[in-house]
Amino acid sequence: MNGSTRSAKGALTTLATWILVLVFFFPVLWMVLNGFKPESLASSVNPTFFFKPVTEGYQLAMDRGMAGYLQNSLTAALTSTIISVLLAIPAAYALSIRRVKNVENSLSFFISTRFMPLAAIVLPLFMIFKTVGLLDNIYVLAIVYGAMNLPVTVWMMRSFFLEVPFEIIEAARVDGAGMFREIVRIVLPLVLPGVAAAALISFIFAWNEYFLALLLTSSAARTTPPFLGSFVDGRGQFLAVLSAAATIAALPVIIAGWVAQKQLVRGLSMGAIK
Amino acid sequence: MTTTTATPQPSELEDVRAATATDKRRVQHKELWRNRGLLLPAVIFLILLTQIPFLTTIGFSLTKWNLLYPNDRAFAGFDNYTSALTSGDLWPSIVATVLITAFSVVLALLFGLLFAMLLDRNFRGRALARTLMITPFLIMPAAASLIWKYSMFDTNIGMLNWLFRSLHLPVVAWSTEHPMATVVIVLTWQFTPFMMLILLAGLQGQDKGILEAAQVDGAGAWRTFTWITLPHLRMYVEIGVLLGSVIILQVFDPIAILTKGTGGTKTLAYLLYERAFIGLDVGQAAAYGVVTVILTIIVATIALKSVFKVFMAGGSR
Repeated sequence: MNGSTRSAKGALTTLATWILVLVFFFPVLWMVLNGFKPESLASSVNPTFFFKPVTEGYQLAMDRGMAGYLQNSLTAALTSTIISVLLAIPAAYALSIRRVKNVENSLSFFISTRFMPLAAIVLPLFMIFKTVGLLDNIYVLAIVYGAMNLPVTVWMMRSFFLEVPFEIIEAARVDGAGMFREIVRIVLPLVLPGVAAAALISFIFAWNEYFLALLLTSSAARTTPPFLGSFVDGRGQFLAVLSAAATIAALPVIIAGWVAQKQLVRGLSMGAIK
Repeated sequence: MTTTTATPQPSELEDVRAATATDKRRVQHKELWRNRGLLLPAVIFLILLTQIPFLTTIGFSLTKWNLLYPNDRAFAGFDNYTSALTSGDLWPSIVATVLITAFSVVLALLFGLLFAMLLDRNFRGRALARTLMITPFLIMPAAASLIWKYSMFDTNIGMLNWLFRSLHLPVVAWSTEHPMATVVIVLTWQFTPFMMLILLAGLQGQDKGILEAAQVDGAGAWRTFTWITLPHLRMYVEIGVLLGSVIILQVFDPIAILTKGTGGTKTLAYLLYERAFIGLDVGQAAAYGVVTVILTIIVATIALKSVFKVFMAGGSR
């Protein structure tokens, strides 16, 4: 094979790659475009690719009270992230740097709760919260999300904690640093990128969650996914407003994911792949 | 079992090894308890919010309990399970769950492998292409299902049908004519980036020297792929399939939005939702919840052991 046919082959592969990637990305692009169309254009049988962008769709989404749902989503995602990170730091520390008996047992306990289908726990949670009047409470939803994300957060952080050179910790111990100081002053600064990545992953999962949000909230604490889901029963033309709403709803996580791209695999594989 | 641990990537196994190394560090008894104290808040939190509710679900499933008749609540033994089997709801639902999971995971894996191979090459704008590729996985699942339902699958305004009309093909009412395919397409679209990311990490951890040596020895691209790359990717495929299956087994969002469980797409999660929150039959719904857990355990353990031997047979001959 000579050089020029090889580079021609390479260029062809690159072209094919781009075509496939763009086909794959098209639904997202189409969503963003439709969000900026007037309703009559978005819901027309023949698609329009070039048009004068308008913010009508966004205006209509906000008129449906979307700001409130976004606010709830933000509260739930942030609160649950704080809960899972605060609980995961000492746990991950104990499972990596400090000695705990039966590390494997503890780790498999965490992984088994991650694999527990939400369907298997939602009924008792619903009944209990209903009895004590805590249904439709955004902080209650946040606590449940915290539990949902805790196993991933623990596993992911642990994989970062394991990378801390033991000599550094030993040196700190020789200097007489207590455990609290050791965590806060020595370990945490070293694993901060890992903590941030774990926090982002847990934010993403909580922000996108639909099933629990649908069942455990109804109005005051309703988050964005069930609000979007309510479009299914819509009548008339609504593709522009739906696309605008979906774009707003998806944007925070898309940006978070783009930023954390390098850590995404580690989070998704619970730290198994680096 | 072929050992393909030529991978320099630290695996879970090595994590465990590192943990055992930590074990060897001498610690005093008192400190041991303090360390358990570090673990305790997380463990208690999870027991309260996942283990106890699960045990309660098992309890519910053995109870005759419909919210329409709150006073008629009694121990029912396995009645909810037998009636689930005889009413003809459970089996189709298990089939739907398994089929949707299997199709979506396999398709996402194949597309993920294709894109991982393509994006592992060096070319202009690779970073942008990767960024675009991961977006379907990041997008809110409810939003993704809605966008597909209306702007892609719709008989009037959907782009797929516009394409079909342009090619003078008959228009397809996706969610009623092909409900299973509709759900699988959306799930495949969402999970391809997930598989791609995991496999891409695998490809990047591959020893380039071995690949070059293979080339020097005159191994063709296909042989290099099946004999070196695939075996190397085995661990990554396993992780991808395990995590992907466990997540998709619970699938609810696309069902609720695209088909509402019609046409053989009523997954266990959706069936439970219907029975509990529309039918108000807590006992029966709880039984479905327990079945979901059993199914998850079965799939997570068996799938890994059997499917991969077939899938990886080409590489480990």
